[in-house]
Amino acid sequence: MDWLNLLVIPIIRSVVIIVVLLTGFAYLTWYERKLLARFHVRYGPNRAGPKGLLQPIADAVKAVFKEEIIPGHVDKVVYLLAPALALAPALLIWAVIPLGKDFPAVADVPIGFLWILAIAGVESYGVILAGWSSNNNYSLLGALRSSAQMISYEIPLGLFLVSILLLAGDFSLVNLVEAPRAWWEWLWLWIMFPLFFICILAETNRSPFDLPETENELVAGFQTEYGGIKFALFFMAEYISMITTSAIMATLFFGGYALPFGIGSDILPILGPFILAGKVIVLLFLFIWVRASLGRPRYDQLMGFAWRTLLPISLGYMIITALLTVFFK
Amino acid sequence: MPELPIPIPPLPTLHESVFMAIALLTVVGAFLVVAARNLFHNALGLALTFFGVAGVYFVAEAEFVGVAQVLVYVGAISTLITFAIMLTRGMMYGATSPLNRQAGTAAIIAATVFVVMAGLLGSLPWPVAEEPIVDGQIVIANLGVGFVTEFVVAFLLLAVLLLVALAGAIVLAQDRK
Repeated sequence: MDWLNLLVIPIIRSVVIIVVLLTGFAYLTWYERKLLARFHVRYGPNRAGPKGLLQPIADAVKAVFKEEIIPGHVDKVVYLLAPALALAPALLIWAVIPLGKDFPAVADVPIGFLWILAIAGVESYGVILAGWSSNNNYSLLGALRSSAQMISYEIPLGLFLVSILLLAGDFSLVNLVEAPRAWWEWLWLWIMFPLFFICILAETNRSPFDLPETENELVAGFQTEYGGIKFALFFMAEYISMITTSAIMATLFFGGYALPFGIGSDILPILGPFILAGKVIVLLFLFIWVRASLGRPRYDQLMGFAWRTLLPISLGYMIITALLTVFFK
Repeated sequence: MPELPIPIPPLPTLHESVFMAIALLTVVGAFLVVAARNLFHNALGLALTFFGVAGVYFVAEAEFVGVAQVLVYVGAISTLITFAIMLTRGMMYGATSPLNRQAGTAAIIAATVFVVMAGLLGSLPWPVAEEPIVDGQIVIANLGVGFVTEFVVAFLLLAVLLLVALAGAIVLAQDRK
Protein backbone atom coordinates (compact mmCIF):
# COMPACT_ATOMS: atom_id res chain seq x y z
CA MET A 1 0.00 0.00 0.00
CA ASP A 2 2.94 2.25 0.73
CA TRP A 3 3.96 2.17 -2.92
CA LEU A 4 0.42 2.65 -4.14
CA ASN A 5 -0.26 5.75 -2.06
CA LEU A 6 3.17 7.30 -2.36
CA LEU A 7 3.94 6.59 -6.00
CA VAL A 8 1.21 5.19 -8.21
CA ILE A 9 -1.66 7.53 -7.35
CA PRO A 10 0.40 10.75 -7.43
CA ILE A 11 1.93 9.67 -10.74
CA ILE A 12 -1.50 9.05 -12.27
CA ARG A 13 -2.76 12.41 -11.02
CA SER A 14 0.35 14.22 -12.27
CA VAL A 15 0.00 12.61 -15.70
CA VAL A 16 -3.64 13.70 -15.89
CA ILE A 17 -2.71 17.27 -14.96
CA ILE A 18 0.15 17.34 -17.47
CA VAL A 19 -2.02 16.01 -20.28
CA VAL A 20 -4.68 18.62 -19.50
CA LEU A 21 -2.01 21.33 -19.41
CA LEU A 22 -0.53 20.26 -22.74
CA THR A 23 -3.95 20.27 -24.36
CA GLY A 24 -4.57 23.61 -22.72
CA PHE A 25 -1.30 24.89 -24.17
CA ALA A 26 -2.22 23.74 -27.67
CA TYR A 27 -5.59 25.44 -27.52
CA LEU A 28 -4.16 28.53 -25.83
CA THR A 29 -2.17 29.16 -29.01
CA TRP A 30 -5.41 28.87 -30.99
CA TYR A 31 -7.22 31.13 -28.46
CA GLU A 32 -4.46 33.73 -28.69
CA ARG A 33 -4.29 33.70 -32.50
CA LYS A 34 -8.06 33.95 -32.80
CA LEU A 35 -8.27 36.78 -30.26
CA LEU A 36 -5.34 38.72 -31.71
CA ALA A 37 -6.99 38.38 -35.10
CA ARG A 38 -10.21 39.78 -33.66
CA PHE A 39 -8.29 42.73 -32.19
CA HIS A 40 -6.80 43.32 -35.64
CA VAL A 41 -10.18 42.86 -37.39
CA ARG A 42 -8.97 39.68 -39.15
CA TYR A 43 -10.25 36.11 -39.07
CA GLY A 44 -7.23 34.27 -37.71
CA PRO A 45 -6.63 30.56 -38.40
CA ASN A 46 -9.71 29.19 -40.18
CA ARG A 47 -8.45 26.57 -42.63
CA ALA A 48 -7.67 23.47 -40.53
CA GLY A 49 -10.96 22.12 -39.24
CA PRO A 50 -14.05 24.10 -38.27
CA LYS A 51 -13.08 27.58 -36.98
CA GLY A 52 -9.44 26.50 -37.31
CA LEU A 53 -9.81 24.17 -34.32
CA LEU A 54 -7.41 21.60 -35.77
CA GLN A 55 -4.66 24.19 -36.27
CA PRO A 56 -2.83 23.41 -32.97
CA ILE A 57 -2.69 19.71 -33.92
CA ALA A 58 -1.30 20.55 -37.34
CA ASP A 59 1.32 22.76 -35.71
CA ALA A 60 2.28 20.02 -33.25
CA VAL A 61 2.68 17.43 -36.01
CA LYS A 62 4.82 19.86 -37.97
CA ALA A 63 7.08 20.55 -34.96
CA VAL A 64 7.50 16.85 -34.19
CA PHE A 65 8.52 15.93 -37.74
CA LYS A 66 11.02 18.75 -38.15
CA GLU A 67 14.65 17.74 -38.49
CA GLU A 68 16.57 17.72 -35.23
CA ILE A 69 19.38 20.20 -35.70
CA ILE A 70 22.07 20.68 -33.09
CA PRO A 71 24.44 23.42 -34.23
CA GLY A 72 28.11 22.47 -34.07
CA HIS A 73 29.21 25.39 -31.91
CA VAL A 74 26.92 24.79 -28.93
CA ASP A 75 27.64 23.27 -25.53
CA LYS A 76 25.70 20.09 -26.23
CA VAL A 77 24.63 18.91 -22.77
CA VAL A 78 23.55 22.32 -21.52
CA TYR A 79 21.95 23.10 -24.88
CA LEU A 80 19.73 20.03 -24.62
CA LEU A 81 19.02 20.57 -20.92
CA ALA A 82 17.80 24.15 -21.31
CA PRO A 83 14.38 23.56 -22.96
CA ALA A 84 13.53 20.91 -20.37
CA LEU A 85 14.55 23.19 -17.52
CA ALA A 86 12.45 25.97 -18.99
CA LEU A 87 9.34 23.79 -19.05
CA ALA A 88 9.76 21.98 -15.72
CA PRO A 89 9.06 24.86 -13.27
CA ALA A 90 5.80 25.78 -15.00
CA LEU A 91 4.61 22.20 -14.49
CA LEU A 92 6.09 21.82 -10.98
CA ILE A 93 3.98 24.63 -9.55
CA TRP A 94 0.86 22.57 -10.33
CA ALA A 95 1.91 20.17 -7.60
CA VAL A 96 0.50 22.53 -4.99
CA ILE A 97 -2.42 24.31 -6.68
CA PRO A 98 -5.68 23.10 -5.10
CA LEU A 99 -8.15 22.05 -7.79
CA GLY A 100 -11.31 21.68 -5.74
CA LYS A 101 -12.71 20.66 -2.41
CA ASP A 102 -12.56 16.97 -3.29
CA PHE A 103 -9.52 17.38 -5.53
CA PRO A 104 -6.67 18.55 -3.31
CA ALA A 105 -3.34 19.35 -4.91
CA VAL A 106 -1.07 16.43 -5.86
CA ALA A 107 1.22 17.43 -3.00
CA ASP A 108 -1.07 18.99 -0.44
CA VAL A 109 1.79 20.45 1.59
CA PRO A 110 1.31 23.07 4.30
CA ILE A 111 3.82 25.35 2.60
CA GLY A 112 2.21 25.56 -0.85
CA PHE A 113 2.61 29.29 -0.83
CA LEU A 114 6.37 29.20 -0.39
CA TRP A 115 6.65 26.47 -3.00
CA ILE A 116 5.24 28.86 -5.62
CA LEU A 117 7.73 31.52 -4.59
CA ALA A 118 10.66 29.09 -4.68
CA ILE A 119 9.81 27.60 -8.06
CA ALA A 120 9.25 31.06 -9.54
CA GLY A 121 12.84 31.77 -8.56
CA VAL A 122 14.10 28.76 -10.49
CA GLU A 123 12.25 29.69 -13.67
CA SER A 124 15.05 31.83 -15.10
CA TYR A 125 17.43 28.86 -15.43
CA GLY A 126 16.05 27.59 -18.73
CA VAL A 127 16.58 30.95 -20.38
CA ILE A 128 20.05 31.46 -18.88
CA LEU A 129 21.23 28.01 -19.93
CA ALA A 130 19.80 28.40 -23.43
CA GLY A 131 21.47 31.76 -23.92
CA TRP A 132 24.83 30.64 -22.65
CA SER A 133 25.02 27.25 -24.33
CA SER A 134 24.01 28.62 -27.75
CA ASN A 135 27.39 30.37 -28.03
CA ASN A 136 25.79 33.20 -29.92
CA ASN A 137 25.84 36.92 -29.11
CA TYR A 138 22.13 37.43 -29.68
CA SER A 139 21.24 34.48 -27.49
CA LEU A 140 23.58 35.63 -24.74
CA LEU A 141 22.19 39.18 -24.76
CA GLY A 142 18.67 37.80 -24.66
CA ALA A 143 19.53 35.57 -21.72
CA LEU A 144 21.27 38.37 -19.82
CA ARG A 145 18.32 40.67 -20.33
CA SER A 146 15.92 37.99 -19.31
CA SER A 147 17.70 37.00 -16.12
CA ALA A 148 18.13 40.64 -15.06
CA GLN A 149 14.47 41.25 -15.79
CA MET A 150 13.28 38.16 -13.93
CA ILE A 151 15.48 38.81 -10.90
CA SER A 152 14.35 42.44 -10.72
CA TYR A 153 10.64 41.72 -10.98
CA GLU A 154 10.87 38.83 -8.56
CA ILE A 155 11.53 41.27 -5.72
CA PRO A 156 8.26 43.26 -5.91
CA LEU A 157 6.45 40.02 -6.78
CA GLY A 158 7.84 38.40 -3.63
CA LEU A 159 6.90 41.40 -1.50
CA PHE A 160 3.35 41.34 -2.86
CA LEU A 161 3.14 37.62 -2.14
CA VAL A 162 4.37 38.26 1.41
CA SER A 163 1.59 40.83 1.78
CA ILE A 164 -1.03 38.29 0.66
CA LEU A 165 0.50 35.84 3.10
CA LEU A 166 0.30 38.39 5.95
CA LEU A 167 -3.34 39.03 5.17
CA ALA A 168 -4.16 35.31 4.99
CA GLY A 169 -1.98 34.33 7.94
CA ASP A 170 -1.57 30.85 6.49
CA PHE A 171 0.91 29.09 4.22
CA SER A 172 -1.63 26.61 2.92
CA LEU A 173 -3.32 27.39 -0.39
CA VAL A 174 -6.39 25.34 0.50
CA ASN A 175 -6.94 27.41 3.65
CA LEU A 176 -6.39 30.54 1.58
CA VAL A 177 -9.31 29.58 -0.65
CA GLU A 178 -11.54 28.21 2.09
CA ALA A 179 -11.04 30.90 4.75
CA PRO A 180 -13.70 33.63 4.74
CA ARG A 181 -12.44 37.14 4.15
CA ALA A 182 -13.82 40.51 5.18
CA TRP A 183 -14.89 42.90 2.40
CA TRP A 184 -12.00 45.28 3.02
CA GLU A 185 -9.54 42.40 2.64
CA TRP A 186 -10.88 41.66 -0.84
CA LEU A 187 -10.79 45.35 -1.72
CA TRP A 188 -7.22 45.72 -0.45
CA LEU A 189 -6.17 42.64 -2.45
CA TRP A 190 -7.80 43.82 -5.67
CA ILE A 191 -6.21 47.27 -5.43
CA MET A 192 -2.89 45.47 -5.69
CA PHE A 193 -3.91 43.08 -8.47
CA PRO A 194 -2.90 45.31 -11.46
CA LEU A 195 0.61 45.74 -10.04
CA PHE A 196 0.88 42.02 -9.33
CA PHE A 197 -0.21 41.32 -12.89
CA ILE A 198 2.54 43.62 -14.22
CA CYS A 199 5.11 41.61 -12.24
CA ILE A 200 3.64 38.38 -13.63
CA LEU A 201 3.87 39.72 -17.20
CA ALA A 202 7.55 40.44 -16.65
CA GLU A 203 8.19 37.08 -14.99
CA THR A 204 6.63 35.14 -17.84
CA ASN A 205 8.43 37.28 -20.46
CA ARG A 206 5.11 38.12 -22.02
CA SER A 207 4.44 41.10 -24.22
CA PRO A 208 4.88 44.03 -23.52
CA PHE A 209 7.84 42.77 -21.48
CA ASP A 210 9.10 40.25 -24.05
CA LEU A 211 12.51 41.90 -24.24
CA PRO A 212 14.44 38.61 -24.04
CA GLU A 213 13.20 37.86 -27.56
CA THR A 214 12.81 41.24 -29.19
CA GLU A 215 12.75 40.23 -32.85
CA ASN A 216 13.89 43.60 -34.15
CA GLU A 217 17.03 43.75 -31.98
CA LEU A 218 17.98 40.22 -30.98
CA VAL A 219 16.69 37.96 -33.80
CA ALA A 220 14.84 35.61 -31.42
CA GLY A 221 16.84 36.23 -28.24
CA PHE A 222 17.80 33.20 -26.21
CA GLN A 223 16.01 30.77 -28.53
CA THR A 224 17.75 31.86 -31.74
CA GLU A 225 19.70 28.60 -32.07
CA TYR A 226 16.75 26.35 -31.30
CA GLY A 227 14.48 24.70 -33.83
CA GLY A 228 11.89 21.98 -34.22
CA ILE A 229 10.67 20.30 -31.07
CA LYS A 230 13.26 22.05 -28.88
CA PHE A 231 11.88 25.41 -29.92
CA ALA A 232 8.40 24.04 -29.32
CA LEU A 233 9.43 23.22 -25.75
CA PHE A 234 10.36 26.87 -25.10
CA PHE A 235 7.10 27.91 -26.67
CA MET A 236 5.30 25.43 -24.45
CA ALA A 237 7.14 26.74 -21.38
CA GLU A 238 5.98 30.29 -22.06
CA TYR A 239 2.36 29.33 -22.64
CA ILE A 240 2.12 26.86 -19.79
CA SER A 241 3.66 29.53 -17.56
CA MET A 242 0.78 31.76 -18.60
CA ILE A 243 -1.73 29.09 -17.63
CA THR A 244 0.09 28.37 -14.38
CA THR A 245 0.37 32.01 -13.31
CA SER A 246 -3.28 32.53 -14.22
CA ALA A 247 -4.21 29.65 -11.94
CA ILE A 248 -2.05 31.15 -9.18
CA MET A 249 -3.70 34.55 -9.60
CA ALA A 250 -7.14 32.95 -9.61
CA THR A 251 -6.26 31.13 -6.38
CA LEU A 252 -4.71 34.13 -4.64
CA PHE A 253 -7.08 36.88 -5.73
CA PHE A 254 -10.33 35.39 -6.97
CA GLY A 255 -11.16 32.49 -4.71
CA GLY A 256 -9.58 29.70 -6.76
CA TYR A 257 -11.94 26.78 -7.28
CA ALA A 258 -14.76 28.34 -5.21
CA LEU A 259 -17.67 30.37 -6.52
CA PRO A 260 -18.26 33.83 -5.03
CA PHE A 261 -20.48 34.01 -1.91
CA GLY A 262 -20.04 30.27 -1.44
CA ILE A 263 -22.66 29.38 -4.08
CA GLY A 264 -22.87 25.69 -4.82
CA SER A 265 -19.49 24.82 -3.34
CA ASP A 266 -21.07 22.08 -1.26
CA ILE A 267 -23.73 20.98 -3.74
CA LEU A 268 -21.38 20.15 -6.60
CA PRO A 269 -17.80 19.87 -5.38
CA ILE A 270 -16.92 18.20 -8.68
CA LEU A 271 -17.30 21.61 -10.33
CA GLY A 272 -14.13 22.87 -8.60
CA PRO A 273 -11.63 22.20 -11.42
CA PHE A 274 -14.04 23.61 -13.99
CA ILE A 275 -14.59 26.82 -12.04
CA LEU A 276 -10.83 27.21 -11.72
CA ALA A 277 -10.48 26.61 -15.47
CA GLY A 278 -13.11 29.25 -16.19
CA LYS A 279 -11.26 31.82 -14.09
CA VAL A 280 -7.99 30.85 -15.80
CA ILE A 281 -9.53 31.43 -19.25
CA VAL A 282 -10.72 34.92 -18.21
CA LEU A 283 -7.25 35.78 -16.90
CA LEU A 284 -5.62 34.42 -20.06
CA PHE A 285 -7.82 36.81 -22.02
CA LEU A 286 -6.19 39.59 -19.97
CA PHE A 287 -2.71 38.45 -21.08
CA ILE A 288 -3.73 38.50 -24.73
CA TRP A 289 -5.63 41.78 -24.42
CA VAL A 290 -2.48 43.42 -23.02
CA ARG A 291 -0.39 41.95 -25.82
CA ALA A 292 -2.74 43.31 -28.47
CA SER A 293 -2.94 46.76 -26.90
CA LEU A 294 0.45 47.81 -25.56
CA GLY A 295 3.82 48.48 -27.16
CA ARG A 296 7.11 47.26 -25.76
CA PRO A 297 9.01 49.62 -23.43
CA ARG A 298 12.72 50.31 -23.78
CA TYR A 299 15.00 48.13 -21.68
CA ASP A 300 16.06 50.90 -19.27
CA GLN A 301 12.40 51.88 -18.82
CA LEU A 302 11.60 48.28 -17.94
CA MET A 303 14.33 48.02 -15.31
CA GLY A 304 13.68 51.53 -13.99
CA PHE A 305 10.02 50.71 -13.52
CA ALA A 306 10.84 47.63 -11.43
CA TRP A 307 13.34 49.35 -9.16
CA ARG A 308 12.06 52.91 -8.91
CA THR A 309 8.31 52.40 -9.03
CA LEU A 310 7.26 48.85 -8.18
CA LEU A 311 9.79 48.22 -5.41
CA PRO A 312 8.83 51.26 -3.26
CA ILE A 313 5.14 50.62 -3.88
CA SER A 314 5.40 46.97 -2.92
CA LEU A 315 7.39 47.83 0.24
CA GLY A 316 4.80 50.43 1.22
CA TYR A 317 1.99 48.00 0.46
CA MET A 318 3.58 45.37 2.65
CA ILE A 319 3.99 47.78 5.59
CA ILE A 320 0.37 48.96 5.32
CA THR A 321 -0.83 45.35 5.05
CA ALA A 322 1.11 44.45 8.18
CA LEU A 323 -0.50 47.37 10.04
CA LEU A 324 -3.97 46.45 8.75
CA THR A 325 -3.48 42.84 9.81
CA VAL A 326 -2.36 43.82 13.30
CA PHE A 327 -5.10 46.37 13.95
CA PHE A 328 -8.16 45.02 12.12
CA LYS A 329 -7.92 41.22 12.23
CA MET B 1 19.62 -23.28 0.32
CA PRO B 2 23.37 -22.94 0.87
CA GLU B 3 24.51 -20.36 3.37
CA LEU B 4 25.90 -17.27 1.64
CA PRO B 5 29.24 -15.95 2.91
CA ILE B 6 27.86 -12.40 3.16
CA PRO B 7 24.31 -11.80 4.38
CA ILE B 8 22.16 -10.01 1.79
CA PRO B 9 21.24 -6.57 3.11
CA PRO B 10 17.49 -5.92 3.22
CA LEU B 11 16.05 -4.08 0.25
CA PRO B 12 15.90 -0.32 0.85
CA THR B 13 12.49 1.08 1.65
CA LEU B 14 10.92 3.70 -0.59
CA HIS B 15 12.07 6.41 1.78
CA GLU B 16 15.65 5.18 1.77
CA SER B 17 15.84 4.75 -1.98
CA VAL B 18 14.58 8.29 -2.53
CA PHE B 19 17.19 9.55 -0.08
CA MET B 20 19.93 7.58 -1.86
CA ALA B 21 18.97 8.98 -5.26
CA ILE B 22 18.97 12.54 -3.93
CA ALA B 23 22.23 12.07 -2.05
CA LEU B 24 23.86 10.71 -5.20
CA LEU B 25 22.65 13.74 -7.14
CA THR B 26 24.09 16.05 -4.49
CA VAL B 27 27.47 14.34 -4.58
CA VAL B 28 27.57 14.38 -8.38
CA GLY B 29 26.81 18.11 -8.27
CA ALA B 30 29.54 18.72 -5.73
CA PHE B 31 31.98 16.74 -7.86
CA LEU B 32 31.08 18.87 -10.90
CA VAL B 33 31.76 22.05 -8.92
CA VAL B 34 35.38 21.12 -8.32
CA ALA B 35 36.15 18.91 -11.30
CA ALA B 36 34.40 20.36 -14.35
CA ARG B 37 36.80 22.23 -16.60
CA ASN B 38 34.39 24.98 -17.54
CA LEU B 39 33.45 27.75 -15.14
CA PHE B 40 29.81 27.76 -16.21
CA HIS B 41 29.53 24.02 -15.62
CA ASN B 42 30.98 24.54 -12.14
CA ALA B 43 28.22 27.03 -11.40
CA LEU B 44 25.56 24.64 -12.69
CA GLY B 45 27.03 21.88 -10.52
CA LEU B 46 26.66 24.19 -7.54
CA ALA B 47 22.99 24.75 -8.38
CA LEU B 48 22.50 20.97 -8.62
CA THR B 49 24.12 20.49 -5.21
CA PHE B 50 21.89 23.13 -3.64
CA PHE B 51 18.89 21.39 -5.17
CA GLY B 52 20.05 18.06 -3.79
CA VAL B 53 20.44 19.51 -0.30
CA ALA B 54 16.90 20.89 -0.55
CA GLY B 55 15.79 17.38 -1.51
CA VAL B 56 17.47 15.96 1.59
CA TYR B 57 15.52 18.45 3.70
CA PHE B 58 12.32 17.34 2.00
CA VAL B 59 13.08 13.69 2.72
CA ALA B 60 13.65 14.68 6.35
CA GLU B 61 10.17 16.25 6.27
CA ALA B 62 11.57 19.72 6.91
CA GLU B 63 9.60 21.24 4.04
CA PHE B 64 10.00 24.80 5.20
CA VAL B 65 13.80 24.60 5.31
CA GLY B 66 13.80 22.77 1.96
CA VAL B 67 11.73 25.42 0.23
CA ALA B 68 13.80 28.18 1.82
CA GLN B 69 16.90 26.43 0.48
CA VAL B 70 15.49 26.40 -3.07
CA LEU B 71 14.30 29.98 -2.75
CA VAL B 72 17.55 31.43 -1.47
CA TYR B 73 20.31 29.20 -2.78
CA VAL B 74 18.99 27.88 -6.09
CA GLY B 75 16.72 30.77 -6.97
CA ALA B 76 18.86 33.70 -5.90
CA ILE B 77 22.50 32.87 -5.18
CA SER B 78 23.16 30.41 -8.02
CA THR B 79 21.32 32.62 -10.49
CA LEU B 80 23.50 35.55 -9.49
CA ILE B 81 26.64 33.42 -9.84
CA THR B 82 25.71 32.28 -13.35
CA PHE B 83 24.78 35.85 -14.18
CA ALA B 84 28.17 37.11 -13.02
CA ILE B 85 29.94 34.42 -15.07
CA MET B 86 27.98 35.37 -18.17
CA LEU B 87 29.14 38.96 -17.76
CA THR B 88 32.82 37.98 -17.61
CA ARG B 89 33.19 37.08 -21.25
CA GLY B 90 36.80 35.88 -21.16
CA MET B 91 36.07 33.02 -18.78
CA MET B 92 32.96 31.78 -20.49
CA TYR B 93 34.08 29.44 -23.20
CA GLY B 94 36.91 26.96 -23.38
CA ALA B 95 38.33 24.78 -20.68
CA THR B 96 40.25 26.10 -17.75
CA SER B 97 42.21 23.83 -15.45
CA PRO B 98 40.67 23.57 -12.01
CA LEU B 99 44.18 23.20 -10.56
CA ASN B 100 46.56 26.03 -9.76
CA ARG B 101 49.58 26.56 -7.49
CA GLN B 102 47.45 26.47 -4.38
CA ALA B 103 45.92 23.08 -5.18
CA GLY B 104 48.08 21.17 -2.69
CA THR B 105 47.42 23.54 0.19
CA ALA B 106 43.71 23.60 -0.62
CA ALA B 107 43.58 19.81 -0.64
CA ILE B 108 45.20 19.65 2.82
CA ILE B 109 42.79 22.25 4.23
CA ALA B 110 39.79 20.50 2.69
CA ALA B 111 40.88 17.15 4.08
CA THR B 112 41.39 18.65 7.53
CA VAL B 113 37.97 20.30 7.50
CA PHE B 114 36.42 17.03 6.35
CA VAL B 115 38.05 15.03 9.15
CA VAL B 116 37.05 17.56 11.81
CA MET B 117 33.48 17.79 10.53
CA ALA B 118 33.07 14.04 10.17
CA GLY B 119 34.42 13.52 13.67
CA LEU B 120 32.14 16.17 15.14
CA LEU B 121 29.03 15.00 13.34
CA GLY B 122 29.72 11.38 14.17
CA SER B 123 30.15 12.04 17.88
CA LEU B 124 27.04 14.20 18.28
CA PRO B 125 23.86 12.62 19.58
CA TRP B 126 21.01 13.35 17.14
CA PRO B 127 17.77 13.84 19.03
CA VAL B 128 14.70 12.52 17.26
CA ALA B 129 11.20 13.78 17.99
CA GLU B 130 9.13 11.29 19.99
CA GLU B 131 6.11 11.58 17.74
CA PRO B 132 5.96 12.58 14.08
CA ILE B 133 5.13 16.26 13.67
CA VAL B 134 1.71 16.41 12.07
CA ASP B 135 1.03 20.10 11.55
CA GLY B 136 3.70 21.87 9.57
CA GLN B 137 2.09 25.24 10.24
CA ILE B 138 2.96 25.07 13.94
CA VAL B 139 6.60 24.41 13.14
CA ILE B 140 6.77 27.51 10.93
CA ALA B 141 4.97 29.61 13.54
CA ASN B 142 7.42 28.44 16.24
CA LEU B 143 10.30 29.32 13.94
CA GLY B 144 8.94 32.83 13.50
CA VAL B 145 8.37 33.32 17.22
CA GLY B 146 11.89 32.07 17.89
CA PHE B 147 13.34 34.71 15.61
CA VAL B 148 11.83 37.57 17.60
CA THR B 149 12.35 36.14 21.08
CA GLU B 150 15.13 33.67 21.74
CA PHE B 151 17.31 34.39 18.70
CA VAL B 152 16.52 38.07 18.33
CA VAL B 153 20.17 39.17 18.61
CA ALA B 154 21.34 36.85 15.84
CA PHE B 155 18.36 37.88 13.71
CA LEU B 156 19.12 41.59 14.12
CA LEU B 157 22.82 41.04 13.43
CA LEU B 158 21.93 39.28 10.16
CA ALA B 159 19.64 42.14 9.22
CA VAL B 160 22.44 44.65 9.85
CA LEU B 161 24.86 42.50 7.84
CA LEU B 162 22.49 42.46 4.87
CA LEU B 163 21.99 46.21 5.14
CA VAL B 164 25.76 46.74 5.11
CA ALA B 165 26.05 44.50 2.04
CA LEU B 166 23.33 46.51 0.29
CA ALA B 167 24.97 49.83 1.10
CA GLY B 168 28.33 48.45 -0.01
CA ALA B 169 26.87 47.33 -3.33
CA ILE B 170 25.49 50.81 -3.94
CA VAL B 171 28.86 52.40 -3.11
CA LEU B 172 30.64 50.01 -5.50
CA ALA B 173 28.16 50.68 -8.28
CA GLN B 174 28.44 54.48 -7.97
CA ASP B 175 30.11 56.45 -10.72
CA ARG B 176 33.63 57.40 -9.76
CA LYS B 177 34.37 61.08 -10.23
